[in-house]
Amino acid sequence: MTVLGKFANGGPPAAFATPPGDPGPITLTRPSAAKRHRAGVIRIPRPVRRVAGPVLVLILWQLVCTEGVFTSVEVASPIAVIDAARELWSQDVLQSNMLISLQRVAEGLVVGVAAGVALAVLCGLFWAGEDLFDPVIQAARAVPILGLIPLVIIWFGVGEFPKVFLIALGCVFPVYINTYAAIRGVDVKLVEAGQTFGLTRPGLVRRVILPGALPGFLVGLRFALVGCWLVDVVAEEINAQSGLGYLINQAQTTDRTDIMFLCLAIYAILGIVADAIVRTLERYLLVWRHGFQGA
Amino acid sequence: MTSPVQAPANTAVFASDVTRTFGDRDVLRGLDISIAPGEFVALLGRSGTGKSTLLRILGGLDPDYGGEVLVPQRRAVVFQEPRLLPWQRVLPNVALGLKINGPNERARLREQSLSALSEVGLASHARAWPVTLSGGEAQRVALARALVREPQLMLLDEPFGALDALTRARMHGLLQDLCARHHPAVLLVTHDVDEAILLADRVLVLSEGAITIDLPVRLDRPRDRGHAEFTALRTRLLIELGVSVE
Repeated sequence: MTVLGKFANGGPPAAFATPPGDPGPITLTRPSAAKRHRAGVIRIPRPVRRVAGPVLVLILWQLVCTEGVFTSVEVASPIAVIDAARELWSQDVLQSNMLISLQRVAEGLVVGVAAGVALAVLCGLFWAGEDLFDPVIQAARAVPILGLIPLVIIWFGVGEFPKVFLIALGCVFPVYINTYAAIRGVDVKLVEAGQTFGLTRPGLVRRVILPGALPGFLVGLRFALVGCWLVDVVAEEINAQSGLGYLINQAQTTDRTDIMFLCLAIYAILGIVADAIVRTLERYLLVWRHGFQGA
Repeated sequence: MTSPVQAPANTAVFASDVTRTFGDRDVLRGLDISIAPGEFVALLGRSGTGKSTLLRILGGLDPDYGGEVLVPQRRAVVFQEPRLLPWQRVLPNVALGLKINGPNERARLREQSLSALSEVGLASHARAWPVTLSGGEAQRVALARALVREPQLMLLDEPFGALDALTRARMHGLLQDLCARHHPAVLLVTHDVDEAILLADRVLVLSEGAITIDLPVRLDRPRDRGHAEFTALRTRLLIELGVSVE
């Protein structure tokens, strides 16, 4: 019995019978260049490795600032940002503005995602729905949402509704596009199988088409979670008396770069949190993809 | 509407003068076929002759045919791929489409599905995800899903074509056991001549859009591939299928 590159009995047999047309000696090597995990090397845990990159960026950022590459008005250092956070927190400015932004985004997100899913189901399942709505949605999608802000102010004034409306609009399209494509992409073979085993149309939708479209919907949701903050910040910078976007705008008039950076950092953190939520959702909802047995 | 044709008594499948055209290609041209209750019929044919087309018509997946087709209400299909819903565990896949009417029905259907699963030897996999099954296991689940509705007609579309030879041999045995116990009429579409002779009461060859050969297989089961009559049948069918035999 031979092992790759090695002979189990300690060495090659003294003489192979040389076949006619001898191809000459063959050098044997191990199939992998080197063992992947060498003994004695400390393995760094994954969370630490994941955090290392951002921490490195923070350190570099701080170094650049303390070395005086930029003035404090051009770039605020991480330490200055933390100080600004403390200051605004103690004045209750940070909490209240963050909360109002979160509320707007949550409302817009719920409405926008619901509308996106409803439209996707309508167009994905019914040809009539597609013919009627899809061209309109595609055209509307091409209009830059932020270009609508002046109109929305004329229509709805400067209250909460126009902001939520714009955020919702920003969420509808990514959810619609991805969910609709996913519904149309559901394996027709599974739909046929469902039909032959007596699933009615509602049964097909509930047990075959919607579960099959779920991965696409989650992709759309990820886009929506990014888009909603984009719309939120712009809407608040233009016509608001509160919110993170408003805070950035105010900071500009007083040259408080540290506050601007603080707000941007908050957006970044919220983005990471939102992504983590969707990842968790995916882990539970798409368990079947990898046959994950837990939960 | 064509006037209803009266099917002969004691028939599980009755199809008369069936035509099906795709574009300008006549795939089925006046095909006749009838299958008795509990009869196992194998349908052979070269690829592209319309075997699967016929099976899809009988399975209710293709309404655009001409002619008369009558099939039982309780029928089940096993496709070449298992076609299990990946987002449902094995047991709900088996129970797919079974109607629940009444309070005690749910528990009864569960029992029924579990017993179908144990008939194919997979009761312990009831809570597994389809993605974790091997090809043979997934196809056995597909068989259980077909069985659980006590079909009067089972339509099998090259169900073992994607399996390795060893698994296929085991599936042949399993299928024969299941048929002996449940007695559905079976139409097995295959391109494997040996498989057809091994399993079927009658072997048909589809060619040029119609049945060109209809041979009863009168060999005792379990059948021996080396038997003289088996060999003779094989030779005859291979020639009909256009394969030269020495």
